[in-house]
Amino acid sequence: MENNIQHSDIYAIALHHRFQWEEAQQSYVILFPEGMVKLHGGAGEVLKRVDGKATVGEIVAELKAAFPDADDIENDIIGMFDLAYGKAWLRKI
Amino acid sequence: MTQATSLAESVVQKEIHAQAQNNGVAANITHTQPLWLLAEVTYRCPLHCAFCYNPTDYDKHTQNELTTEQWINVLRDARKMGAIQLGISGGEPLLRDDIEDIVIEAKKLGYYSNLITSGVGLTEKRIQAFKDGGLDHIQLSMHDITEEINNFITSTKTFELKKKVAAMIKNHGYPMVLNVVIHRYNIDHIQEILEMAEKLGADYVELANTQYYGWSLVNRNQLMPLKEQIDHAEKITNEFRQKVGNKMKIFFVVPDYFANRPKKCMNGWGEVFMIVTANGDVLPCHSARVLPNMEFPNVRDKGLEWAWKDSPAFNKYRGNNWMKEPCRTCPEQANDLGGCRCQAFLLSGDAESADPVCSLSPSHHLIEEAIENSKNPVLQAQPIIFRTDKNSKKYASGESRERVEEFHALP
Ligand code: SF4
Ligand code: SF4
Repeated sequence: MENNIQHSDIYAIALHHRFQWEEAQQSYVILFPEGMVKLHGGAGEVLKRVDGKATVGEIVAELKAAFPDADDIENDIIGMFDLAYGKAWLRKI
Repeated sequence: MTQATSLAESVVQKEIHAQAQNNGVAANITHTQPLWLLAEVTYRCPLHCAFCYNPTDYDKHTQNELTTEQWINVLRDARKMGAIQLGISGGEPLLRDDIEDIVIEAKKLGYYSNLITSGVGLTEKRIQAFKDGGLDHIQLSMHDITEEINNFITSTKTFELKKKVAAMIKNHGYPMVLNVVIHRYNIDHIQEILEMAEKLGADYVELANTQYYGWSLVNRNQLMPLKEQIDHAEKITNEFRQKVGNKMKIFFVVPDYFANRPKKCMNGWGEVFMIVTANGDVLPCHSARVLPNMEFPNVRDKGLEWAWKDSPAFNKYRGNNWMKEPCRTCPEQANDLGGCRCQAFLLSGDAESADPVCSLSPSHHLIEEAIENSKNPVLQAQPIIFRTDKNSKKYASGESRERVEEFHALP
């Protein structure tokens, strides 16, 4: 992990980026000037909870509750924050 | 501003995990989707850029432009097929007075929309309307830090205007995306160009080395820089990138002539890009109309869905079934899909051959010769043929064959 994501951190979708559900792709996407990223299911579940208010810890707890059968999703979630922040899809509040 | 979309291509290549290759099978079976719709709404343009890659005979298509209603239908149909990114380009799109309506519709449909402009015709009133209408960003072409080169290469007096427009874009809260086409006349100013971009507050800068299509192919000997200049420019760009970090994203689009493998043109024929031209032709890439024995669909005929999924033109070079040796059995095939069909045909006369840029191509010597020619003082000294209606009419009518004789189609 490069960006040292903390449970108390709060993130929002970066300026000039848009996060939306795409019916035709059956997936979430991030759109930004001159690019787009199609997110796989898990990544979409994380980012759709990123709203500039919830902390990373709250999102982890919520996802654990929503997917009780998934093992060790905490690492995956933190990893997703790390990737998304590193790519500048997210900004830190 | 039509050397601009290579940025789109480069990012798509990096960020989209391209859908499974589909081996020449029709899209209705493989489910490719036109994620990127590029609307070349007009070929009219107040600028006359020497490197413009609009077709040299564009003048033919300035009288039969699609109406507002037809464009709105294009947007709706493409969105249904999965298009998300919309580029509004030209020519100079602002020469149409209905861009505001197109923007509003794009927003309603959920597109992420981008206006690709030279800045000429962007007023406070219009930019406010775009903002209110929901346009997501504006990509502005810049040419140089010197007034002299800007005005020379575009054959217009637009230098001061561009700086004003850049400020206007910033003031309206838009991300600033600058596109700078790089050629012999500005390549040694990369440092200064990047400094200017930083000063203007650019968020994204694309340094797009000229690719040789359309007018830039005609002016190849006048525009092509030396390999050493490109290497130097790239080095400066890398250093600058280190310095500014994530604050300003800089893309350096490497010129394919100086690479030994071709680009994966448009991220694959009919894979993610769909271009609708001013007159309604539907193309898999900007210059596809140079290809022989091809009939491209037009939105006035059977509609976009048929064009993308079933038209013979879109299926012709999908995947790899059409390939010949050395591409057919090449282990690197997936990296570039044999390169650009238009470049292959324009230069070698065989649309199914490997892109001559590839060092494994039997026609690679054509690229080497072109590089040599561009160093020849006699050829260098020939005047630039600017993209003007007058010159275009001459090419379209066949009256002029000046500097296009060596190509297998009118660029
Ligand atoms: S003349 Fe220049 S501004 Fe106009 S379309 Fe061509 S490249 Fe773009
Ligand atoms: S031979 Fe064809 S497929 Fe192989 S690298 Fe060259 S262009 Fe690409």
